[in-house]
Amino acid sequence: MKKFRSFARGGIHPPGNKGYTSDKPIRNAPLPATAVVPFSQHIGAPSKPLVAPGDHVEEAQMIGEPAGFISASVHSPIPGVVKEITSIYLPSGIKTEAAVIELDGEFSRLGKTHEDRDWVSMENTEILEILKNHGVVGQGGATFPSHVKFSVPKGRTCEVFLVNAAECEPYLSADHRVMLENTEDIIEGIRIIRKLLSPKRVIIGIEANKPDAIEVLKAAGEPEGIEIMPLKVKYPQGAEKNLIEATIGREVPSGKLPIEVGVINANVGTLVSVCEALRDDKPVIERVVTISGGAIAHPANIRVRVGSSIRDLIEECGGLTEEPAKFISGGPMMGFTFSNLDSPVIKGTSGILALTDKEVKHFAPTACLSCGRCIESCPMGLSPTTIFKNIEHERLDEATAYGLDDCVLCGSCAYACPAHIPLVSAFKAARGRKRRLSVRNKG
Amino acid sequence: MLWVLAALTPAGIWSVVLFGLHAAIVIAASVAASVLTEGLLNLAFKRNNTLDDLSAVVTGVLIGFNMPPEIPVFIPVVAAVFAISVVKWSFGGLGANWMNPALAGRVFVFFSWGTDMTSWTLPGIGGVDAVSGPTPLGSLKVAMSSLSPGIDGPMRLLESAGIPTTYTDMFLGKMAGSLGEMSALLLLIGALVLIIIKVVDWEIPLTYLGSFALFMWAFDGLQYGGGLFSGDVLFHLFAGGLMLGALFMATDMVTSPLTRKGRIVFGIGCGFLTFVIRRYGNLPEGVSLAIIFMNILVPLINRFTKTKRYGVSS
Repeated sequence: MKKFRSFARGGIHPPGNKGYTSDKPIRNAPLPATAVVPFSQHIGAPSKPLVAPGDHVEEAQMIGEPAGFISASVHSPIPGVVKEITSIYLPSGIKTEAAVIELDGEFSRLGKTHEDRDWVSMENTEILEILKNHGVVGQGGATFPSHVKFSVPKGRTCEVFLVNAAECEPYLSADHRVMLENTEDIIEGIRIIRKLLSPKRVIIGIEANKPDAIEVLKAAGEPEGIEIMPLKVKYPQGAEKNLIEATIGREVPSGKLPIEVGVINANVGTLVSVCEALRDDKPVIERVVTISGGAIAHPANIRVRVGSSIRDLIEECGGLTEEPAKFISGGPMMGFTFSNLDSPVIKGTSGILALTDKEVKHFAPTACLSCGRCIESCPMGLSPTTIFKNIEHERLDEATAYGLDDCVLCGSCAYACPAHIPLVSAFKAARGRKRRLSVRNKG
Repeated sequence: MLWVLAALTPAGIWSVVLFGLHAAIVIAASVAASVLTEGLLNLAFKRNNTLDDLSAVVTGVLIGFNMPPEIPVFIPVVAAVFAISVVKWSFGGLGANWMNPALAGRVFVFFSWGTDMTSWTLPGIGGVDAVSGPTPLGSLKVAMSSLSPGIDGPMRLLESAGIPTTYTDMFLGKMAGSLGEMSALLLLIGALVLIIIKVVDWEIPLTYLGSFALFMWAFDGLQYGGGLFSGDVLFHLFAGGLMLGALFMATDMVTSPLTRKGRIVFGIGCGFLTFVIRRYGNLPEGVSLAIIFMNILVPLINRFTKTKRYGVSS
């Protein structure tokens, strides 16, 4: 067997379950009659609403502008009337203001042809401005505003532009389908970023379980000097820091950003959005979502407008075959369990999973036996059991010294734990507690 | 834990075959005492039921396995109560104890009822009555004082002392010894299954037995007038409680290091200490004390065998 590159420490092999959807072409979801568009779909400050109830909005009209350095704009996915601005909870548990837009009027873009915009002669500042005005954010899940990410800090150079095509989460195949069906858009997106960052190398890191995507990317990318690197199928191959280690063998120093080692990276879905923003003048108002899991009648990959309700999407896939044990937004390893099916799809929604009892496997946690399986599975070389025990004893400083903040929350340790201890949930909670304590101590 | 019990079962049955009903009573009594103590402490401290995890049963079986065949039944009972209440529960129960409870229980009664804990019986198979007789390692320590020239190793020494044995007898358990340590063969099979299904890690058994064999091979020949590297490795591997200790006691996850590197250090330490105690100590047997000593060193080993963290320069 051919040896593929990989990150060095830990990692796990959960069942992939990608077969539900990976061979199904992307299809378009029906347009929503009502769209609920949150003003906080990204990391950073929520965008500032530009519309009020009663306002009429065009398709793709900006309805929220960036409100701070790290912030992004938000656009209306459909033409219509703003019914109200209300407060909702996203599946991630974040509370945000959202515009409720009722469909009305003509689609200004949908079904119309347009001319490609010439971005080659643009200044870099102009390109960044367009990314900002078109609401482009990272679509791998972190939703970091792209115009900030692609601005290289003073004194640094981007040596490697790394495209994250690993898609290591079980069940998800949206990126896989996008690579097969929107190959040219991805390559065009890379050309734009190349102009912006002038990296020495462009590398696409992709798990070896997607040979068809590797083939089309090689055919399209290699003539342009883009390196396609097949990677070992091991979770979490697509975690930013581990992907950097796997592809170029560098480690991002603890607490620093990838640019520290000369790397800027982006997910394939983000590149499609970059391409559409520049070439087609189209803001981020839709994305591809994997709808899957044992309780979904007809799992599929669907291109859907932001703000569509999750309930409608599940209906679009034939509804539920049984009462699922769990709904998850994102992948089963790092996604969020949620219960409100009226939650909207946002820019960072990579998947909606309805998992059956059999898939979820409920266990009551038992005592830690110090077996060390969590240490062996940790891709960051941490000792989750030690961190966990320190948290249990409310020794947050000790836990931090053992690397609480270096944890990437990939969930490998909790997956490997034979005592079924919810390690990652404890780490997330402890980080939240730390943040609140530091805020209180400052104030 | 169920798998560990299953892996120990053949050796338990074999002890009953060799030593008769009393063996079964001893093992049953120590299991009953362990489980009862655990249950009562659960009630007393209003903890969730911890009997389901079967760890108390495993401790009871291991204590029973560590008893001489004709032991008065109250001794394993005392050992079990001590193991569960003092060694395990006073530190917080399963997962929080830092010393192997079964071993600590054994050592406690060993030093309290020394004569009973060192009165051995030769096994009788097929209706032959068991008669008292020393263990190979015990006889060795005694005979060593009258070592005469021309005797080149432990087998010849035992022969001259009038208690000859063969490697096969030792391997199968036809010698005097504690109930569960008799057959190296059955213990090895049980442990191998546990390693294959990944209930037990391979590092400790391999490095423990390996380093012990290496030290014995290198240095044990000297006292018989041989040179370096002439020790009788087979004799020492099959004699005494080494197999039971290396395969089922040292491998206790709670009281062994967290990382593979740490477990290798731990195993080598156990092997070295067992060698030192057996070869130079007053006691014939050193497995329990070696493991307990290494249990104490586990936090230190953990400190020096941490994994290399991502993005943190050492």
